[in-house]
Amino acid sequence: MKQVLTGNEAVAIGAKLARVNVIAAYPITPQTAVVEKLAEFVADGELDAEFMKVESEHSALSACIGASAVGARAFTATSSQGLMLMSEMLFIAAGLRLPIVVANANRALSAPLNIWCDQQDSFAVRDSGCVQIYCEDNQEILDSIIQAYRVAEELLLPVMVCYDGFILSHTAEPVEVPEQVEVDKFLPPYKHPHPLDPDKPVTMGPMGVPEYYEEFRCMLQQAMCFAKQKLVEVDREFGKRFGRRYGLLERYRSNDADVLLLTAGSLSSSAKELIDRYRKRGERVGLVKVRAYRPFPAEELVETLGHAKAVAVLEKDISLGWAGALFTDVSAAFTNVRRAPLMMDFICGLGGRDVSPLQIREALRAAARAAETGEVRRPVRWLGLREKVVGLGM
Amino acid sequence: MTAALPGIPEEELVASGHRACAGCGCILAMRYVLKALGKNVIISMATGCMEVVTTPYPETSWRVPWIHSAFENAAATASGIAAGLKAIGKSGVKSVAIAGDGGTADIGLQALSGTVERGDNVLFICYDNEAYQNTGIQRSGATPFGAWTTTTPIGKVKRGEDRPKKDIPAIIAAHGAPYVATASVAYPLDFIKKLKKAAAIEGPTYVHVYAPCTPGWRIENNKTIEVARLAVLTGAWVLYEIEGGQLKVTFKPPKRRPVAKYLKLQGRFRHLTDEEISKIQRMVDEQCKRFGIE
Repeated sequence: MKQVLTGNEAVAIGAKLARVNVIAAYPITPQTAVVEKLAEFVADGELDAEFMKVESEHSALSACIGASAVGARAFTATSSQGLMLMSEMLFIAAGLRLPIVVANANRALSAPLNIWCDQQDSFAVRDSGCVQIYCEDNQEILDSIIQAYRVAEELLLPVMVCYDGFILSHTAEPVEVPEQVEVDKFLPPYKHPHPLDPDKPVTMGPMGVPEYYEEFRCMLQQAMCFAKQKLVEVDREFGKRFGRRYGLLERYRSNDADVLLLTAGSLSSSAKELIDRYRKRGERVGLVKVRAYRPFPAEELVETLGHAKAVAVLEKDISLGWAGALFTDVSAAFTNVRRAPLMMDFICGLGGRDVSPLQIREALRAAARAAETGEVRRPVRWLGLREKVVGLGM
Repeated sequence: MTAALPGIPEEELVASGHRACAGCGCILAMRYVLKALGKNVIISMATGCMEVVTTPYPETSWRVPWIHSAFENAAATASGIAAGLKAIGKSGVKSVAIAGDGGTADIGLQALSGTVERGDNVLFICYDNEAYQNTGIQRSGATPFGAWTTTTPIGKVKRGEDRPKKDIPAIIAAHGAPYVATASVAYPLDFIKKLKKAAAIEGPTYVHVYAPCTPGWRIENNKTIEVARLAVLTGAWVLYEIEGGQLKVTFKPPKRRPVAKYLKLQGRFRHLTDEEISKIQRMVDEQCKRFGIE
């Protein structure tokens, strides 16, 4: 059934359809409506779950860890500072191999305090061992929450579903809401292979001495790498049942493109419109959207971007002192590849600043110029900066 | 040689072979905890001495299900365990959080407060050895006045810990917890009785057990129980319970000994002058007065 849903409502309905057992979440803008909606579902008896009104995001994920470890399906949602506060536990949830799903409404990090969208929060925890999916619209959010539990539980890994704060979280769109019975067929009940159970005691989270620690981390890395294949499998099966597929990457008019944009999240929609306009004028431009950021689809990106002359990464984050995380990763993917496109990084839309078609055009033009001349003078640039204020010529 | 105490199971659910120091009061507390609670528990343990000494992979001392995730969140994890058990319909299993004094009074206080305030069905046990002993004897909020630690050294202008011990049981009682108790490893029957009582209550309960640390307190390995007993007999540590808001002192020392007897056994108080000891005596007297101990 089609419903008009905000991104936050799509998250809550996704969690309800996944029949989560325990919800532990702390309110934070712009995620708040997720917690409110789930509280309503539980209060109305529409969702039979324990709703834990925890006192912080750190405790939210800690409680999810406890619940997941005894064999309950656990869910939390957060954003920005909340994700930073729970980041300690994010690494631990991954290390403990607990299949918790975290929804993250992407929001800028302080200081200065800013409640609006960028993707600095989730990019900052890319090394946690938590799978990361970036959504473009509200349909993808709902579908990704359901897919996330399949991936998480089959691999015993936490999965984070990221969606842009306000741009998606507070914007209503028509969303096809799948039938519960169909979701139940797709997502079997959660069963941890070795839960905390007095009938069969296990010690979970022991002290990993140097003789063993590396093996634990290596096994986690193997699971994360394998998650790429799992994401594809689960997405394919989801597609068969529900008629919608997303893939690790989306390739938009990219096959014959000389110049490509690389994006993640809702920015992709605006960029696609611009691509269409350029295409009408006969210019060979296209777009590639990263949906799965961790595990990183390196081989897929090399294959998809490799034929282009220049790639412009548009991203709402920066690893301060260097460049954006997506740019860094995609550049690294081309290490040891004989023929690589020229790469440029465009930092944009930080703290909710609108990324206008004009700015996207600027990135496309710069990349086209690089493609023509074969050189890149300034690989990392900022879009839409008020230069007079900054005065650094960035 | 050991002799079984009446009503106390002989079975050890904390296996030997752990790496606790000789004379460790805390590991003794762990043994009593499981003797009191039995097998139908799930333990969430904070980072600290007991976590480190009991689970060097691939070994474990725990014959009950046990999880460690971080330092400050033993209570929140235990709350999640309780919620998870309820959600999957598993009854008869008690969720128990265990933390040291740092994991309780300092870094773990927020999560503990949340667990108690929400009324979660969790028994929280604090083993109090009065400092961050695991990292090498740094002061915590539970370090008593006058004590030497590596972060409250005795120098020319500073003379050890300058603040009194943080009163955690009172803070938890102020939350309206149905059961709060203090205990000591020197009084195992009292401790076990309180643990059983706390575990039987459906809701947030709290037991705070005093457990000497031989290296941290600078005491002989065979003086653990003597020191813990003297803490009670001098009134430096009071055994009580608060049930439904009603305070009851469970052991009144018959004839209170001077606190100097307790302090003099411990290297961490070696620097104290007679004047400083008198000050501590006055603090102890005041504490005892509050509890109606003569």
